[in-house]
Amino acid sequence: MGNLLQIENGESVKRSDIPLVPFDRFAKLLSDFVRKDGFIVQFFAFVEDGGNRLLAVVRNSHLYVVSTEVGEEFPSFTATCSEKFHMFEREIAEQFGITPVNHPWLKMVRYHANYRGVPDVFGNDYAEDIPGKYPYFQVEGEAVHEVAVGPVHAGIIEPGHFRFQCAGEEVFSLEIQLGYQHRGVENLLTEVAMKRLPIICEGIAGDTSVGHNLCCCQALESLAGLSVDPGARVVRAIALELERIANHIGDLGALSGDVAFNPPAAYFGRIRGEFLNLLQVLCGNRFGKSLVLPGGVSKLMNPEQVKIIEDKLKELEPEIRHVCDLLFTSQTVQARFEHTGTVAKQMAEDLGLVGYSGRASGIDYDARVTFPTEVYGLLPANRNEMTKGDVYSRATVRREEIMHSIHLIKTLLNKSGEASSKTLMQEISLQPDAFVVTVNEGWRGELSHCLMTDASGKIARYKVKDPSFHNWTGLAMSLRNQEISDFPLCNKSFNLSYCGFDL
Amino acid sequence: MLKVIKNRLEQGCKTSKYPKEPISLYKRFRGLPQINTDCDPSIVRSCAAICPQDAILVDEKKIDLGRCTFCGRCENVSDGAFVKFSQDFGMGTASREALLCDGSLPALADHAKKHFRKLFGRSLQLRQVSAGGCNACEADTNVLGTPFFDLARFGIDFVASPRHADGIHVTGPISKNMQAALITTYAAVPSPKVVIASGCCSISGGPFYGSSEIVGDLNSIIPVDLYIPGCPPHPLTTLHALLNYFK
Repeated sequence: MGNLLQIENGESVKRSDIPLVPFDRFAKLLSDFVRKDGFIVQFFAFVEDGGNRLLAVVRNSHLYVVSTEVGEEFPSFTATCSEKFHMFEREIAEQFGITPVNHPWLKMVRYHANYRGVPDVFGNDYAEDIPGKYPYFQVEGEAVHEVAVGPVHAGIIEPGHFRFQCAGEEVFSLEIQLGYQHRGVENLLTEVAMKRLPIICEGIAGDTSVGHNLCCCQALESLAGLSVDPGARVVRAIALELERIANHIGDLGALSGDVAFNPPAAYFGRIRGEFLNLLQVLCGNRFGKSLVLPGGVSKLMNPEQVKIIEDKLKELEPEIRHVCDLLFTSQTVQARFEHTGTVAKQMAEDLGLVGYSGRASGIDYDARVTFPTEVYGLLPANRNEMTKGDVYSRATVRREEIMHSIHLIKTLLNKSGEASSKTLMQEISLQPDAFVVTVNEGWRGELSHCLMTDASGKIARYKVKDPSFHNWTGLAMSLRNQEISDFPLCNKSFNLSYCGFDL
Repeated sequence: MLKVIKNRLEQGCKTSKYPKEPISLYKRFRGLPQINTDCDPSIVRSCAAICPQDAILVDEKKIDLGRCTFCGRCENVSDGAFVKFSQDFGMGTASREALLCDGSLPALADHAKKHFRKLFGRSLQLRQVSAGGCNACEADTNVLGTPFFDLARFGIDFVASPRHADGIHVTGPISKNMQAALITTYAAVPSPKVVIASGCCSISGGPFYGSSEIVGDLNSIIPVDLYIPGCPPHPLTTLHALLNYFK
């Protein structure tokens, strides 16, 4: 892999060790890698010595990094190589005003002015409200009508805009415009005091508080040379699995509600809360906020907490089995779940889907297995056989992951005797001119944070990627030729993050 | 059909008896802070120095619950010599000033807008607007509809259209890209209407304070009637606030 530097998950490297190659070489390396079943973990721009740099972190069964220098534009990889680049290139255009030339669908991602203060790639001045000068994609024809939904939705959920082009009930195209949740997270993370970083990362996506903050803290630990004791690693893994279970159960309940089968919706709604309460037992917050800190965890898991979690799992596991059985054997549910919102394997690979959205389409990637952190290297992997890419498959993967995660937690509780001490947030100094990427399997899929420090050890660039960044396009494709009434069902089967995408 | 009945029997009735009977939360939950006003100022300063939210007012020896995320770091300073968090989840207030807390809060039921009680005490319909919310506030508001809390038994519902609503419940630090949609939604609610700021984000920007992409204070664009602190507010904090303010 000449010129691609192999790196390890969560291990910092000197920035001078990252290959800086001419653009043509960069283009060939990346294109060849992605064509040979490679996937993109991070692809972003930053400014160095007044010049624009592009940096890519890619993966097959290993992680690699490479960088190049560009001017105000570069030839789009989306146009010449793969759709996997498409959202990343739009993001580069929006954040740094660098144009990917010939990009087939160059539109804004989150709607904000670029960081360099150069003329806007999209011609917006940002005095207008979102979407500015962007005309939504339109299908023309006498029978075609348009349905616009959002940003404010009917339920208690985050904002985003959905534009459907339909003939009767049939959806030709769904365009998803996000950005309403944009809070400027990446820039904020480079500007604030270290003590604020975990709190901000817990708010990147509140349903993934543990996952995102874990990515942040692992990166800081690597850059500051902090070690984490084994007991704390156990607690972190338990918290990540509790987060996964709570969200999957909540979504199975909501899927049931979306097809008007109310009993599982009510039961799972309540059971989800029981798992959030277990996170509260661990750390005092139902979303696991405040638990993970650089160097360990803020609260110890003592025999008292172990007992509470064990007893609760014993009580809930049979209930979950029974409610799952009720849901998945109901014919009306099967009729609505099966063959709805199908994303074929080829499409999922072309788009680079991750997490259960990818696994349900047959992409066998789980960061807990491929790039294990914390204690995941010692734990068994989950297997799923249902890979048809429809709502039923995505629901089934969740069901299997719930049972698998319960098994993992039980295994980990037996290891709870490992040495551990409580960690306080400390002032730490980071290795200067260093680079680190962290990857974890959050409940939605691959989470990744990338940190770069400058000569003084200050964070110069902080890049966050939520799995939703890959998967929103999967949702848009799943609606092709579906009935518009199946949108809520498809949407919930993916259940993507708005704020995790918008940052 | 038999499976439905079997599951129904297994599940039983899970609805909480709150507020008729008190409910206690696990000891690690951090609710209303207990503040030692006799504490050595140097300890208060240490607490303020480590507070990621700049929520501690050193001279007044108070904590701004509108900024606090209840992360609990200050509790570790000198074994809680300045502050310890109680499990009291009742923390809603009718004014921003009341959130500057010396360990006690004014009784929410004594708020000045008594007419709200007459108007909405028996039926309150709210439109929820997430404006940059991280989905923790949204999720723990949604949970009020599950059987354990069963918000509808109090005549309180979240509705789909602002035209059907008596007020709005806002979460998030008001991202600039949501400001227009939020104001439009507020305008679409018929008067008289109430405005509820839920979570430290909508009160002060929360973890995102200082970002140039947010408004950070709901009250600066729409007058707020009820403040519910937390990150996110515990569902019981929200329930307590709604019941005490409107009932």
